[in-house]
Formats: sequence, structure tokens, C-alpha cells
Amino acid sequence: MNVPSDLRFLPSHEWLRLEGDIATVGITDHAQAELTDVVFVELPAVGKSVDAGDPTAVVESVKAASDIYAPVSGEVVAGNAEVEADPSLVNTDPYGKGWIYQLKVKNQADIAGLMDAAAYQAHIS
Amino acid sequence: MTDLQHSPLESAHLALGAKLVPFAGWCMPVQYTSILDEHHAVRRDAGIFDISHMGQFIVEGPKAAEWLNKMLTNDIDALTIGTGQYSLMLNHAGGVIDDLILYRSGESSYFLVVNASMIEQDRTWMENHLVDGVCLRDESPSWAGLAIQGPNASAAFAKVFPSETLPPRNGIKTLVDGSVLCRTGYTGEDGFELFTPVSQGIGTWEKFLHAGVKPCGLGARDTLRLEMGYPLNGNDLSTAKTPLEAGLGMFCALKKPDFIGRNVLLEQKSSGLPSKLCALRYLDKGAPPRAHYPVTTLDGTVVGELASGALSPSLMTGIGLAYLPPGLAKPGTELAIDVRGRKFPASVCKKPFYKPGQTA
Repeated sequence: MNVPSDLRFLPSHEWLRLEGDIATVGITDHAQAELTDVVFVELPAVGKSVDAGDPTAVVESVKAASDIYAPVSGEVVAGNAEVEADPSLVNTDPYGKGWIYQLKVKNQADIAGLMDAAAYQAHIS
Repeated sequence: MTDLQHSPLESAHLALGAKLVPFAGWCMPVQYTSILDEHHAVRRDAGIFDISHMGQFIVEGPKAAEWLNKMLTNDIDALTIGTGQYSLMLNHAGGVIDDLILYRSGESSYFLVVNASMIEQDRTWMENHLVDGVCLRDESPSWAGLAIQGPNASAAFAKVFPSETLPPRNGIKTLVDGSVLCRTGYTGEDGFELFTPVSQGIGTWEKFLHAGVKPCGLGARDTLRLEMGYPLNGNDLSTAKTPLEAGLGMFCALKKPDFIGRNVLLEQKSSGLPSKLCALRYLDKGAPPRAHYPVTTLDGTVVGELASGALSPSLMTGIGLAYLPPGLAKPGTELAIDVRGRKFPASVCKKPFYKPGQTA
């Protein structure tokens, strides 16, 4: 399973990429492989404030709906319209075109509390 | 999750990397690679399902036909040897205990295939009503079950059993190797169900895989049956609903002198049905509808809930079944399905949602 070293992770299989004060959030390669066939993505409303751990988006396979939790607190600044139109991007490019939403991070120090790639790799092994 | 029963084919599923889940008290494959791929394989080519969890009862004896006619809704006298029919077993209130397929395998012997989740209840109910001259045997543990379904299922059969022939639709026969072959299925496609002694299960399974048939799990089995509008007991059928409410009146021979539940069906027929199981289809794309999601009118009043729901892989839109007040059951009635507070417009439509051979 692909676990990029520049990302941070949640035990519930979300990833976070920080650029400036903007965090991009998606689900990991491991998560998409477990779900298979992502057929629907529900994006959060832009402008919504979320706390770390809040269910913020929903990813659905044929069989089940899974909540996607906010890795850190912040304000939703974008949803990926491309993935809303073509949910299979979550399967084919989970760390790239399959990103789900972006947050303006409230407190950058929160990022340090998230799992790094080695910790996440150990978590899924 | 304890005390799950295990299919005689489980080692073959694990070797294929299947995802196993609890279903109806059994540990069964929900998918191998992808529910969508497995679904499409059955619509376009051929797929094989493990149905070893399903139950098999043998009913025999000089009074077998007369007794079954009282226990079940359909008319057994219509069956010649080697043919089968869909039927329902009701309680005294007319509620559905189980739906099943009954085959006449001999002059006075019958082979019943019942739902996995209901084997115990069905057997107990039948034993409690048994009469002299009828012998009931639960052979469920003795048989592995395989369903081979799809437009190329017959061709696969010819490869695996070159010296045997398939019976006609709804027919049953015994093969030279001792397997029981039924020309039935739960997908709407051509195909057959093969009940084979447990010891031969994996060998027969592998022969079909070598013939190019794709292994398919319960996930695809569910989307395939729902596209046909076929009910699933526990979702769409229950002791709280009669088969008339479920739209299965054609399998209830009310002209028979008697069967358990008949009086209630006659009463419903004259006074009107309290609800009807309706097919609902999204008008646009939307979040996959699932069982228990509320069904509402356009102004938001809740009028029922989904008994079954799924994203239809063939139609790529949401489909579902729901018991609704008869006034809302007319095809074309516009309603909505509430998914986490979002309303997706849907309309009542005719079954099936999908006709085999149709290009979506």
C-alpha cells in the first residue's frame, strides 16, 4: 500500500497535506482498497467550521457509507467538485485527484499531533 | 460474530482474497474484487455465487402434496415431475414466514430451497404442523450450493458437464454425479443453481472458475436481485406484511380450498390492502439509497421507509423498495428519499427496474 511520507494521517484512514495554512484532506490508498468502488462523495459546505474529529464528508461504496472525519479544526474553504462528479477518482488517485476537501487550519500546532507515515504504516500492517 | 456457520467452500473464497462478512448467521463472501465488476459479469457474461448457506428440505410421502398445499400459497397441483415454482409460507395472520422455491422431484417427493436465515424457523413451523403420511427432512448441512448466472451460464454448464443437459426454466433434475440441478436464480439472467454433496463442492466450484465464470459475492447478488425487484426476506418480506402487500399475489392460489393465511388474504382482497411494496427510482443522480432511509412526500412528510435500497450498477442511479400507503403506490407518483437530511427526488415505477439484455 502506498503511504506518502509527506502526509499526516488519522487512524480512521484520512490523510492531510499541509500547504501554508491550507490542509487538503482525502482518504488513504488502504481505505479506498478496503471500500472498493467509491460511487458517491458528499462534500462539506464551503464556509463551514469544523472541529477535529467531526464527521465532515461522506464517502460511499456500493455496500456502505463511511464518514470522513476532520483531522484538525478549521474552516472548509473548498470541496473537490471533480470527485463529486466522478467518485471513482478516490479509487484511482487517492492522494491526487481524489482529494475531498480543504480546510483553513485554525491552529497549526494540531498537525504535529497527527500520525506520520511510519506510524500510519504500522497502524495498517 | 461468534457461532457463525462456515461454507464448505470457505477455503476457496479465502484463496481468492474474498472479503468475508456475517450474513444470516453465516460467514460468506460479500465480494472478491469489486461489487460493480461482479454485477456486470453476471449481466454481460457469467458469474458464480456460493449459496451453500441456503437450506434444502425434502418432503415425501403419500400425503406430501396435499400437506404442502395447505402449508404454502402456490398451487402444487400445477407441478409436473421435474418442475418447480416460487411459493410462500405464511403464518395464521397471513404474514410471510419465508419465501422459497419448491420442486417436484418425484411422484410424491418435493425438494424445497429456503432462506439461510429461516432454516430453523421454517423447520420448526413445518414440524409443528406435520401430519401422518408426510416425511420432512432437513438436508441443509449435506449440500453445497452454487448459483451460476448470466447470459453465458448455459455455455459454462456445457463445458463443465459435457454429457449432461440443462432442464427447462424452473425445472429440476439429478445429475449422474449426484448433484441436484435447478434452472432458477435470483438475478433475472439465465442460469441455474446446483446443489452438490458437500465433499464435491470445491471441486465443482473450481471447474466453473476454469470454464471462465467469475466468482461473485453477496454484494452483487443483492444489487442484481434488487434491479429485478425480487424481494429479500428480512428486508422486503416479514411476518408483519402479507404477500399481497408485497405484490406477490400471483404466487398465492386463492382458489385453493385452504392454506395457512388464506382467510387474511381474502379479507385484504375485499377490504383493500393497508400498504403496497413499491419500486422507487431516483429522478437524478444521488447518494445511494439504503434500507431504513425515510421516504417522504415532496413537502417532507414521512410516508414510509426503504425496505431495500441500492445504487443500481446497471442503471447507475438509486433504486429501492418501500411499503407505502396504496394512495401513493401509482407509478409516476413523485416522492423523495431522505439521505442524512438531504432529499433526493424519486418516483414510483414499475418492476423490474432493469430488464435483462437492456443496455442502460
